[in-house]
Amino acid sequence: MDHRKNIFNIGALARGFATTFGYFFAKKPTIEYPSVKKQHAPRFHGLHELRRYNDGKERCIGCELCAVACPANAITVIGAENAPEDRKSPGERYAASYEIDELRCIFCGLCEEACPTDAIVLTPRFEMADYRRGAFVYAKDRLLVPIEAGVGTAPDERPNGIPSDLGMVAEKKATIDITAGYEATNRGTILKTQRRGLAG
Amino acid sequence: MIELLNAVPLWLIVLIKSGVVLGVVITTFAYSMLFERKVMGWMQLRPGPNRVGPWGMLQPAADAVKMMFKEDLTPSTADPLIYRLAPFISLICAMGTFAVIPFSESGGGLWAVGDVNAGILFIFALTSVGVYGISLAGWASGSKFPLLGSVRSTAQMISYELAMTMSVVGVLLLAGTTSLAGIVHAQHAYWFIVPQLFGFAIYLITAVAETNRAPFDLVEAETELVGGFHTEYSGLRFGLFFIAEYLNMITVSCIATLLFLGGWNPLFGLAVIPGLVWFVLKVGFFLFFYIWLRTTLPRFRYDRLMAFGWKVLLPAATLNLVVTAALVAWQPWHT
Repeated sequence: MDHRKNIFNIGALARGFATTFGYFFAKKPTIEYPSVKKQHAPRFHGLHELRRYNDGKERCIGCELCAVACPANAITVIGAENAPEDRKSPGERYAASYEIDELRCIFCGLCEEACPTDAIVLTPRFEMADYRRGAFVYAKDRLLVPIEAGVGTAPDERPNGIPSDLGMVAEKKATIDITAGYEATNRGTILKTQRRGLAG
Repeated sequence: MIELLNAVPLWLIVLIKSGVVLGVVITTFAYSMLFERKVMGWMQLRPGPNRVGPWGMLQPAADAVKMMFKEDLTPSTADPLIYRLAPFISLICAMGTFAVIPFSESGGGLWAVGDVNAGILFIFALTSVGVYGISLAGWASGSKFPLLGSVRSTAQMISYELAMTMSVVGVLLLAGTTSLAGIVHAQHAYWFIVPQLFGFAIYLITAVAETNRAPFDLVEAETELVGGFHTEYSGLRFGLFFIAEYLNMITVSCIATLLFLGGWNPLFGLAVIPGLVWFVLKVGFFLFFYIWLRTTLPRFRYDRLMAFGWKVLLPAATLNLVVTAALVAWQPWHT
């Protein structure tokens, strides 16, 4: 009669009751999320950011190494030659268009590792929810760090931290061209397949 | 003043008393639900509901509104009349017990709707009828999980009711009355938990089984029976079962208070604090204990539940009854 041993094991019962009673008064580890936000690790893999040099020039040279490294085919870069009178980046080329489909992205950070100029980095920002699919394709207007947010340093080393409006400006969200977002996704997929020689 | 009071017809007084008791009991139900969720949350290292109103104090209102707006479904295989009737049987029986429970007394008047001289028998009769609510609900749902739940419920109630009644009879022998107020008066010198500690323990265990609460919630057993007898119920009809379950919990807590903890008799002779406060405190202690039990112990296996009821609790309750009866008849302390 195994169960009698269990039922009459008063010591074990008492220990159980003491445990729950102790927890009753214990400090609760719950973080009440929307009102209290957890401090993530400084190099948490969240939303991307395109960095600048100290002189305000873009670090990205449009080499597309991030796009090649991306296992999820989320990045589409279209590079262009710098015009000598208006240089966007110190190198010969710059990214005329830089789009990341955050719905495809798996936040692995391989783009960060592939980048020869440390232009693309992942920030601790992770709240990107939206009701519209197209809004998840982040173009340069939302990826490139504003000059006033601090240049030349990594996101976690800036005095003011991550710029609060990085990719999150409400006005910008409202004016996002959803069709453009869809097209960008398709364009990225077509480019990738062509590059790999899988389609015409 | 007295003439004025005498002029008021009896039915009106009873009606007003019933209304007050009903209001208080329903409010107590609403907040005992919140109390349970809070206490369980804290014991599981969670904060519990805290979004609706300050400290989640308006959570019961939110739950009630949600319950009211849910669709009321009747399965096509169900027996429509009995299916719709069953929740009301449960609820009416659960509420009816509060008609005879005395909450306190002052100036010779009892704070109860009715002072029945066989109060404890009335309560046991009503709770026994309440089993029909669950049994019929399971049967009339016309699907397998509710049926299994209701079969379990019937077997469990019958098994544990025996031991429960036996454990209570010890108190009745000591008090020499079945009137709840009389039992409380008999505990003026000392509470019956002292001579009836054994009976108290048995009552406490069987009461948990009678109210279908964890660790004896085989009737609902989410992990095996989906929702048990109320699987097919939704909306307000489910709500009625829910209310009935909590009211039953409050009822057994009230009985435990009245029979074993001296009802509204104060502790340490602290008669300054009114009897009602003592009563509420004692009932609150039992409610807390039930929630504590639920968070601590896992559910019994069905055969072990039966074995425990018939082979341990019933013999123990019988022994307790026989010894009490012998001592009351012999009265060795009177020589």
